[in-house]
Amino acid sequence: MSGDSFTFTIDGVEVTATPGQTIMEAADAAGIYIPRLCDVEGLRHQGGCRVCTVKASGRSAAACTQPAAPDLVVDNETDHLNTMRRHLVEMLFQEGNHLCPVCEASGNCELQAMAYRLEMVEPFRFPGLEPCRPVDASHPDIALDTNRCISCGRCIRASADVDGKGIFGYVGRGIHRRVAVNGSDLAHTDADINDHAVSRQVCPVGCIIRKREGFSIPIGEREYDHGLIGDEGDSE
Amino acid sequence: MDKPRILEIDPVTRVEGHGKVTVHLDRQGNVNEARLHIVEFRGFERFIQGRLLWEVPVIVQRLCGICPVSHHLCAAKAMDRIVGVDQLTPTAEKMRRLMHYGQVMQSHVLHFFHLSAPDILFGFGSPAEKRNVFEIIRQNPELGHRAVLMRKYGQEIIEATAGKKIHGTGAIPGGINRNLSTERRDQFLAQIDEMQDWALEALALARDYCLREKDFIAKFGGQPSNYMSLVRPGDGALDLYDGNLRMLDARGEAIFDQVDDSRYHEYLTEDVRRWSYMKFPYINSIGADDGWYRVGPLARMNTADLIDTPLAAKAHEDLHAAFDTPLIHGVLDNHWARMIEVVHCVEKIRELLNDPDLQGTDLVVKGERRHEGVGVIEAPRGNLIHHYKVDENDQVTFCNLIVSTTHNNEAMNRSIRDVANKHISGQEVITEGMMNHLEVAIRAYDPCLSCATHALGQMPLKVELFDSNDVLIDSALQSP
Repeated sequence: MSGDSFTFTIDGVEVTATPGQTIMEAADAAGIYIPRLCDVEGLRHQGGCRVCTVKASGRSAAACTQPAAPDLVVDNETDHLNTMRRHLVEMLFQEGNHLCPVCEASGNCELQAMAYRLEMVEPFRFPGLEPCRPVDASHPDIALDTNRCISCGRCIRASADVDGKGIFGYVGRGIHRRVAVNGSDLAHTDADINDHAVSRQVCPVGCIIRKREGFSIPIGEREYDHGLIGDEGDSE
Repeated sequence: MDKPRILEIDPVTRVEGHGKVTVHLDRQGNVNEARLHIVEFRGFERFIQGRLLWEVPVIVQRLCGICPVSHHLCAAKAMDRIVGVDQLTPTAEKMRRLMHYGQVMQSHVLHFFHLSAPDILFGFGSPAEKRNVFEIIRQNPELGHRAVLMRKYGQEIIEATAGKKIHGTGAIPGGINRNLSTERRDQFLAQIDEMQDWALEALALARDYCLREKDFIAKFGGQPSNYMSLVRPGDGALDLYDGNLRMLDARGEAIFDQVDDSRYHEYLTEDVRRWSYMKFPYINSIGADDGWYRVGPLARMNTADLIDTPLAAKAHEDLHAAFDTPLIHGVLDNHWARMIEVVHCVEKIRELLNDPDLQGTDLVVKGERRHEGVGVIEAPRGNLIHHYKVDENDQVTFCNLIVSTTHNNEAMNRSIRDVANKHISGQEVITEGMMNHLEVAIRAYDPCLSCATHALGQMPLKVELFDSNDVLIDSALQSP
């Protein structure tokens, strides 16, 4: 332990952190998985989806943005938290058209994988909004099906912070907020297939589509075919 | 009988999808009309519009849970053309063929043993509670056991080639996304002899039935018709995966032959009728009234000049030798034809499993984009046509599906009219067993009603008001 480091606990396990680290960063370093959707390695934290909500010394907090602190007592894998997370994921499903059986992201989709992890097996409890937004396929190499968007904002941060382009952004307010492109359509932006924002690791669902790649990975070789999200190190 | 009656079978059982039969009797109990109504609506032709071309083979297979592979492969063939690929790699084509033969095998076995065999083994008029696969298992456990295992074998072939037994993702535009591991190949080869033996015994069962009941079958729901299928270019052999279109008339003369499948619309037109969600295709050169035709196993046995696997070839010759007409028309003879195809599929599966191309790694070809593509395949139930147009953004702008059951629509309606006239007309008491005769005629076509319902935008709504004596008081029609 370095001079500045300190310890706290997650589900009773002692974890070492350094000043400025979030609970999630410290947990990741310690090999403890905290469920998440809007957070991904390489992008700044947002704290938007709230799937990473933990109890930090009794208070609910987003683990991806809440700084770790000495002697903090963090609850992560509890029935209460996982039920809340499952409800959040169910609402994300109900806000969009997530038809896993025909979606090319199936098997690689973090939303689908999170639903499996959180055991979202019962019929949906919330009414579906069933959006009917046209697919923007104007770009020669990229398509956008925002019916599948979960407003995680990963593409927005990747485009602005990594690519330096600002192609994606939010429009609308409240329940009507959604991701849009900085142009009349994708063809009228600077989007390029080599942008980090349109890479496989950024969009967690099937919203940003890399054209002509769909279904090229056989069933059985997709990212979550053999294990739950967050348990990758435990599979095989 | 003092007033007209309408008899109804709703739903038709032991078929895929939902449909009903109505039989209209006059005051004397004679049949005025008998119809097969398709009462469900799917609309895939409409909602596929706007989707991206590589999604299509995965989406449209959801038309069906019994033979999704047919739609998956047929759409993939159409998309091959749209991505500019006319020739797949050997590995891709053989993997797709293996998937298809596995599917035809499992679907035919399902139909014969689970859906139709109860009628054949126990009699059309036997108690309804006996006419099911569980009774077959109870009375003949060995036969029931084989039915389950043969279907399992076919479905495992599908799983090995498409990733899942139902609704997989194997075929992609221009090729396939996997090859076959040697471990899976060896597992299948270890069982192939047993599958062949069982297929031959199933063929013998169907053949014996058709020969024993030859006179009855000749008068049951069948009448001479035209027949269509794909045949192999050149020698006119049976080919379930690819080929050119051939249409024969009832005497075996060609109405058209070796027609490139992408030109189907020059030879066929689809008619819409107000009482069914299923369209009525007909041969252009003959017209809507008489241009109906049949597809399916019996149609294929009629149109194919030969079969290129030895056991099925012998069975094909044996079938034709049993009849003194150029073509065979008995609707129940479909069962015999179906079992010949099971033998053919098992032989083809063996042939492919022994081909090292299945372990190849060259899976996908690319070509120059086109905007229109037609795929045609011989599904278990008969000829299947998928036709798409795709814009420069890769989005579908047009879709037309003519599925096997749609091809057979007029034929099925004629069959039930024939059976109703012979077995129901003028009867004082109409039993459940008599009504089952109508279902037997429909089942012989092995229809998939859920696959065949796409008359979106053309289906008018008709409301009729009757008084207590069934006299029509008023009607209103919402035209398309």
